[in-house]
Amino acid sequence: MNATVIERITDIAIVGFLWAFRIVVILVVVVGSFLTLAGGKFAFETWVDLIGDGIALGSIYALIALGYTMVYGILRMINFAHGEIFMAGAFGGYFAAVALAQAGILNANPLASLLSIGIMMLVGAAVSVVLALGVERVAYRPLRNAPRLVPLISAIGASFFLQYTFRGIFGPGIYAYPEVTVLAESVPIPILNMRWVDVLVIVAAVVMMAGLYLFVMRTRIGTAIRAVSEDRGAAALMGIDANRAIVVTFVIGAAMAGAAGVLFVLMFRQVYFFSGFLPGIKAFTAAVLGGIGNVPGAMLGGLFLGLVESVGPTLFLTGLEVPSPNQLKDVIAFTMLVLILVFRPSGILGERIGRSRA
Amino acid sequence: MSAAAATMPAAGAGTWTRVARYGVLFGAIAIYLCIVGIVPTFNTRPLIAGLLSLGQASLYLTMIAAGYLATSRVPTSGPVQAILVGAVVGGITGTFPSLLVLAGAAVDLRAVLPHASPELYTVLTASLGTSGFWVPLASGVVLGALAGSLATLPLVAQRPLSRGLVMLLVFGLFAGVLRTPMLANFMEPVARFLFAPEGLTVIGAVLIFGVTVVSVIAQRQLRVRERVDALPASTRRRLRVPLLLLLAVVVLTIPIGLGSFFAQVIAIVTLYVLMGFGLNITLGLAGLLDLGFVAFFAVGAYTVGLMTSTGEFGLLGWPWWAAAPFGVLFAMAVGAFLGLPILGIRGDYLAIATLGFGEIIRILAGSDLLKPWLGGPQGILNIPKPIEVPPDHLLAGPNQIYYIALVCAAFIAFVAWRLRGSRLGRAWMAMREDEDVAEALGVNLVQTKLLAYMLGAAFAGLGGAIFAGLVGAMFGSSISLFVSINVAALLIVGGMGSNPGVIVGAIFLIGVPELFREFSAYRFLFYGVALIAMMLYKPEGLLPSGITRRELHKPEELELVAGDTTVSEAGSS
Repeated sequence: MNATVIERITDIAIVGFLWAFRIVVILVVVVGSFLTLAGGKFAFETWVDLIGDGIALGSIYALIALGYTMVYGILRMINFAHGEIFMAGAFGGYFAAVALAQAGILNANPLASLLSIGIMMLVGAAVSVVLALGVERVAYRPLRNAPRLVPLISAIGASFFLQYTFRGIFGPGIYAYPEVTVLAESVPIPILNMRWVDVLVIVAAVVMMAGLYLFVMRTRIGTAIRAVSEDRGAAALMGIDANRAIVVTFVIGAAMAGAAGVLFVLMFRQVYFFSGFLPGIKAFTAAVLGGIGNVPGAMLGGLFLGLVESVGPTLFLTGLEVPSPNQLKDVIAFTMLVLILVFRPSGILGERIGRSRA
Repeated sequence: MSAAAATMPAAGAGTWTRVARYGVLFGAIAIYLCIVGIVPTFNTRPLIAGLLSLGQASLYLTMIAAGYLATSRVPTSGPVQAILVGAVVGGITGTFPSLLVLAGAAVDLRAVLPHASPELYTVLTASLGTSGFWVPLASGVVLGALAGSLATLPLVAQRPLSRGLVMLLVFGLFAGVLRTPMLANFMEPVARFLFAPEGLTVIGAVLIFGVTVVSVIAQRQLRVRERVDALPASTRRRLRVPLLLLLAVVVLTIPIGLGSFFAQVIAIVTLYVLMGFGLNITLGLAGLLDLGFVAFFAVGAYTVGLMTSTGEFGLLGWPWWAAAPFGVLFAMAVGAFLGLPILGIRGDYLAIATLGFGEIIRILAGSDLLKPWLGGPQGILNIPKPIEVPPDHLLAGPNQIYYIALVCAAFIAFVAWRLRGSRLGRAWMAMREDEDVAEALGVNLVQTKLLAYMLGAAFAGLGGAIFAGLVGAMFGSSISLFVSINVAALLIVGGMGSNPGVIVGAIFLIGVPELFREFSAYRFLFYGVALIAMMLYKPEGLLPSGITRRELHKPEELELVAGDTTVSEAGSS
């Protein structure tokens, strides 16, 4: 009797607490935005800038999130090392960029620059794919049937291993990317105060995502991947090589992450061994946001997260007189992660794998 | 090396194909050790003075492991072929660093691989320069053959030799640690005889190797283990009492006369043991992987800092003892506050969500937003020590922290031990095994999880409070993801749910890296390898609790060596 009363009280407390939590978050967002906009401190152009940056950043998150989501879809595991795969791609692109710059091709003319960027992305993707294959083979494959926490811990180990391998090989310093001069120029469209790099990132991301979508929906191996995600055992009975589908999933995810790594450093022009950690966690957030296991969801989640991270600090926090709101942009991203996990763990578009089977 | 067994197919390929694969795999490991900088960096620390450095040893051990593993895994017709196999595998392994030297002589690799420098080539070629490119190859052949012949010996002969090598390595590594305290007392001549300023003397090395071999053989001949096992249970229990007393005396007196550096290391290890015991309740008993442990650590530390500091941000100026309980309580409250919303979500999501909390607290602590209260990166200074004593007193500096942490750790261990068998503890373990079944059996999941989470948070807060007392200041940068990772990793390596495992894990993952500060760049590299290797070969940890061991291994596997158990079986059972 006594125990049930306590249980009821805690249940009520939990529900009340969750509501209070929601209300506080909504209040901060609404009141903060209202005060910021009413204050009129920022010009219209500033918002356009922020939105442009947000879409570019979001496209990159979306590309990384695809790897998380596809691996989760097929193996039900969080590939914690995916952020490091992304960082490895950025490093691969760096050495390609340095070689191209030394050969004088990188900035020879716009066409050569574009071609160079293509080569850098290919090199980055190749490095990422090789590493991802190694990680899958050594750290994940033997643990496919183990309890859930076991592959997660192994993935965390793989993440540290890759991070500190890169630190060991290349040192703790920050590598500055050679500049691609064309990319820093503005796009000649009024109001839309964008640089070419933003356009490049968005276009490249859209092309890759469209390609991925066609690949998954139209090709035989894409169908195999979907079948294995649905039910590995049944797929195997239909004569599908589950192992091959899983490896191909890792390859595609890593290739996109590697290419995204190159795009990321084209935007921010620097890379070091820890570069993959935050984008990795945020891309995971994006994947959960869109509904993990859901490919279009990852794209949408990435864009949304990029926008919130770019616009959010200025929009929500400036009005509340928070000093240096941009310091807190990661707090906004992490808070969103927690909010999504708490209130809608299936994400915006819904998780493709039902909770019961996950 | 952990990757070796996982990557090797069990059968199917011909003997020499498999030999070649082992050679290529270990050759790749050798190259990895070179370019990641382990060989050149570790070369600065001698193992046997003037003879062998740690960097060289890492390379030679790779070759020995290659020869040994290949010979024992690939079926061979007799000792001659076994030695041949060992030599070939070692040779292939050695070929890779040889090729690296040749490649480095032809082109400067440093643009891409900064560690492929002349210093590395000096180590690889035994100071011969490029003309000595054959040195790794030759040493590979010799060491591989030696390892191959070792593998053909019966186990009785193998064990003393391999133990001898291990002891040599251990004493060589810890020579500096052992030497300093020994120099201070009557042990001085022994210390000078065995240890060079860094590493072992040649005589010391021979002596340690010899003594180990003889003692292992003697132990076997005298059948110590069997005799102890044969004793009646009551006698064995009586034998245990003096052993435990001795252990207690050692634990209580260990920081005396060790010097401030070692006292600091021991205090930190004990602090992590304490936090490991705390997380052991959350992760080991209740199965909640909390990667945001540092959040509560921060709450405890900042609470104590704010309440006690006599500096700019101090609010109350209380003594440490009055503030510490509030640090614990406040951490517990924050645990409830953060735990309530997230505990409904499933295990692997929970890990990421708690990671998010840790990061949120870290960023907030160092941010301009809270700077007027917490001091941002400059932090809170002038936090008083728990016990104010003159600097030469027994309890000065880190020593008092050691004793405080020790008492608290013992307390937490006691609480955990009492809880384990209680209704709550059984509910935790049921939930860890299967949430749905536990719920069906009437366990209130959110409440039970919340209690585990709050207890873990409280002990993390205690750790933070003690940390604030140890350092005497609290900075935004003291809050880092690595605190959480350290605690989780030491628990996983030591054995989830097992308190002795936590101690072993803390000594290996916290203590040993603190002693080898010059290799700190590789600390988390080893963490990564350790985590993967543990999950592959020993997911229950080094010193598992009995229950976990029984769960993860079939009974007959208990007798086998760790490397022989396959993980897929461990997972499905």
